[in-house]
This record gives sequence, structure tokens and C-alpha cells, in this order.
Amino acid sequence: MNNKKSAKKHSLRNDIILITAVILAAVIGLIYLNFFRSPGDSVTVTVDGEVYGVYPLSRDICEDIYSGSNNENHNRFVIKDGKAFMETATCPDGICVGHKSIFRNGESIVCLPNRVVITVTLGEKTDSPDVII
Amino acid sequence: MKKKSKTVAFGGICVALALIFAYIEVLIPPLFTSLPGIKMGLPNIIIVFLLYRKGPVFAGIVSLVRILLVSMLFGNMMALMYSLAGGVLSLLVMIILRKLSFFSPVGVSVAGGVAHNIGQIIMAALLLETSELGYYLAVLAVTGTVAGVFIGLCGALLIKRIPDKLI
Repeated sequence: MNNKKSAKKHSLRNDIILITAVILAAVIGLIYLNFFRSPGDSVTVTVDGEVYGVYPLSRDICEDIYSGSNNENHNRFVIKDGKAFMETATCPDGICVGHKSIFRNGESIVCLPNRVVITVTLGEKTDSPDVII
Repeated sequence: MKKKSKTVAFGGICVALALIFAYIEVLIPPLFTSLPGIKMGLPNIIIVFLLYRKGPVFAGIVSLVRILLVSMLFGNMMALMYSLAGGVLSLLVMIILRKLSFFSPVGVSVAGGVAHNIGQIIMAALLLETSELGYYLAVLAVTGTVAGVFIGLCGALLIKRIPDKLI
């Protein structure tokens, strides 16, 4: 009985160690991702894992992205004042539209239903093509 | 023979209960609309309970059947892929930790919840071919831990209170 009780106490202590470790790791990760990343200079848009276009953050633009087999999905992303965000989207959940605007290197907005990802990148000085056919 | 049919019937009841929990969970409005994947994981109460009282094989079968049915009822192929990635990883982690008996059901459930999130992030990274999901993972780890504690406490209560003759 006593042995069982002490085992219980041990597992409680281990639980607390586990929970603290996970939360600590997450908080350190969040702090790193939020504050210690330098701003990027361009936005890379990928659709279905393929690069759709690269746009500089320095110029304000408004770009329509069509995806899906019949181009039935639509996302409109905007670059304004050096920050990129998703303005409208046809996806059902609207998560990408609700996402805060991004400008740090590596930050991204993911639209899972339309399989559109926009990611801030650094050091790619390519200008965007007007149309990709 | 009688024992076998009893096991099958009990398994069916568990799957049904897990389905109801999954349905209730769909009805709860999401806490943060800007982040997908934050869920209570209510069906996991049953999985944790079964893991301790019926063994890993029974818990695993119920979990897989539940994932298949929930995805067919409320989701689509994409949802199935995500659920499977999360569910299988979570199940494996919980079975291993249960065997090691380092943790109480709460710790096992927390590890299971976080493993579920990690599995889904890995699946998202594979499907979207992007590795920039660290931000999601950090947030999901925190919410997964909170949900895991709640689920673990519920599971621990059931493990202690449900009499043996009922299962």
C-alpha cells in the first residue's frame, strides 16, 4: 500500500515535470519566433507546394491567387506598408483571413483548404511575373 | 464465446460514445478562430480510460474505428489524413508511456495531446511542403497541454470509479 502510494506521488511529480517542460519549450519557441527574427524583404506564394510568385515587401500590391483544378478557389493577398496579409478567401474556415499580417523572415499564412501558403523570405530579389500560366 | 461477444459489444459502445463526444466537440465554437486544430479532444477520455482498463490493443482499435467514422461523418479525406497522423502518433506515445508507468493518466494524456498536435503538424508540413509551421506547433503545444490535463483528470476519475463488472 505504502509502495503504491509513493509510486503515485512519483508519477504526479513526473506529470508536473512533463507539463512544465512542454510549456517552457513552447514559450521559448514562441518568444524566439516572435521577437528574434529579422524582417524579411519579400513574400513567396506557393500553391499546392509549387511556387506561384515572389513579391517584394517594399511595394504595395494586391494580388489574386486562383487555385484548385478549375481555378475555383480564390485568395486575395495584399502587401501594404511592408506587411502582407490575406484580404479575402473562398475557403470555408476563413482562418487565413483572420491571421495577423506578417513581415518577419519565415512567418507565413497558411490557407489549408485552398492549399495556399504565403511566406516571408529574405534575400530573394526577384520581381514577380504578371501571370503564371 | 460469450466473453468474445461481450468484448465486441463493449467495443461498439465505446466507439459510439467516442462518436458522440466528437460530435459535441464539433458543436463547441472554436476558442481562437485564427488557429486551426485547437480542440478539447473529448473522445480521448475514452481512449485513456480503455488504455488503462482494457489494454493498448482494445484502445487502439476503438481509436482507429472512431477516427475513420468521424472523418466520414463530419470531415473529408484531408480531415482523415490529419486525424490519422495525430491519432496514431498520440496512441503510440500513450501506449509507450503507459507501459513505462512514469506518469499518471494525466501525464500520459498530456503527452498524447501534444503528440496529436505534433502528428498533425508533421502531416501539414508534408501536405503543404512547407516547414514554416513552428509557430503553430508552439501554440498547439500549450493548448494541447491544457486539454491533455483536463482529459487526463476526467480519464483518471473514470479509471478509478467505473466498476469492473461494467466493462
